[in-house]
Amino acid sequence: MPTDSPIIEVNNLVRRFGDRAVLDDISFNVHRGETLVIMGGSGCGKSTLLRHTIGSMKPTSGSVKLFGEEITGMKEREIERVRLRFGMLFQSGALLASLTVGENVALPLAQHTDKSPDEIEQIVKQKLEIVGLTGFEDLKPDEISGGMKKRVGLARALALDPELLFSDEPTSGLDPIMTAVVDELTLKLTHGSHMTAVVVSHDMTSAFRIATRMIMLGHGSIVAQGTPDEIRNSPNPEVQQFIHGRPDGPIPLNLSQEEHKDLQQVRPRPFLSARFRFHHKHS
Amino acid sequence: MSLELRVKNYLQLNLSLLYWILIAPFTGQFFKIAPIFRQMVFIGVRAAPMVALTAFSVGVTLAMQAAHSLQSLGAEMYIPDLVMLTLLREMGPVLIAVIVIGRSGSAVAAELGTMKVSEEIEALEVMAINPVQYLVVPRFLAMLVMLPALTIFGNYIGIMGGWAVCRFALDFNTAGYVLRALESADTWDLYSGMIKSVVFAWIVITIACNAGLNVEGGAEGVGQATTASVVQALLAMLVTNAVLTGIFFFSG
Repeated sequence: MPTDSPIIEVNNLVRRFGDRAVLDDISFNVHRGETLVIMGGSGCGKSTLLRHTIGSMKPTSGSVKLFGEEITGMKEREIERVRLRFGMLFQSGALLASLTVGENVALPLAQHTDKSPDEIEQIVKQKLEIVGLTGFEDLKPDEISGGMKKRVGLARALALDPELLFSDEPTSGLDPIMTAVVDELTLKLTHGSHMTAVVVSHDMTSAFRIATRMIMLGHGSIVAQGTPDEIRNSPNPEVQQFIHGRPDGPIPLNLSQEEHKDLQQVRPRPFLSARFRFHHKHS
Repeated sequence: MSLELRVKNYLQLNLSLLYWILIAPFTGQFFKIAPIFRQMVFIGVRAAPMVALTAFSVGVTLAMQAAHSLQSLGAEMYIPDLVMLTLLREMGPVLIAVIVIGRSGSAVAAELGTMKVSEEIEALEVMAINPVQYLVVPRFLAMLVMLPALTIFGNYIGIMGGWAVCRFALDFNTAGYVLRALESADTWDLYSGMIKSVVFAWIVITIACNAGLNVEGGAEGVGQATTASVVQALLAMLVTNAVLTGIFFFSG
């Protein structure tokens, strides 16, 4: 365990939507150089937890510290200063559709640095090379595949050389080879450049490949946490069911209509909710 | 979303716009100029043909209706007055705002709405780029310049429409029409229309951006927000027009 103070400290984080606690008393720390994988079924609060950690949602109570600074009470403009120190890869890549691939990667550089257009072009080239997309600068996001969009999103997240990288489902929707490539990339960054990474995932193969520590969420609280080996050998039946992907076990399959409504935060129209009652939340 | 929350969001957007335009440049965060021109082309220049056609038709219609009524009084000489004043004071600003709401306002709402549902707005925030500064300010400034510009352009074309009727269907010559038209209007008629169109520009673009930024729930939400932005902008624009006409021409 590294001795320096943790980069991320989450303490007693609670978030309620109405009466339902989506995040219920969550605490964890992430130290420099670690790769933390947050896993759990669809709708268990993984993405909500991530959004609280990056400060785009405010908790009902509890504290979130990034780089030692409490962000829950910060104003928008103070949070921006902290956000310059981390990068985030969104599930869909979240590239700006009106800009080219190159302009997307250049965006944080153009907005936050005084670098000349030539220097920016150089950095963009280098970042695209890291993710294996040399020469794609002038294409629009809708001209490239989903996997490529994700890699461009990763290049953009790395544009400002962040100390910390958040990834939301970096490998979902990728083929096995591409998944391995993205995992390799994450490993290279965390081992080579001592970057810290927080990855939300339900892809178990990929999770065990990259994690130095894992947290499993269920019903808004932490079911288990530990190193990949501890998780793999965990006696907890929920963990075993999840990592082996068994259909039967202690994890409830169906959400009731009430829970579903709370989770979605929208009032389902009656005929829709009746028809979709037995479906999982689509993430 | 409750009405109260919507009003709050709208006011917040306006305040934050004012901050980014009036205060932030003095703290070293000057907005970029290039995107404003890009939006001006999209919002203004591309709308010019539609504006021209509409304004010309309205000018022609006004002259024909005026001719019909005024001829029975033997007062055809006042046709240019009527076309000129109606266009400058009312029809110009209102009709061109209607065109811009339908064409550019809806497009802005749909574009920002799509960006919102595809996580692009959130991505901007996480990159510490303020969406109001990056997306709304250029559109707002472009609209504030282009709607009055389009209104002047439309007024001009509309007056040409009136001229076409007077010159080719009635007993006017070109000089007579132009002189009569210029004599009837004073500068306040033009300025009042310009003030109106600046106010309309503000209303149209803030409503469109607000609708786009607050979209919830996928493609369906984008559609609803776009429709809502058009309807709300039209209503707000027409009511404001009535109020401004009252203030400008019926008070004091």
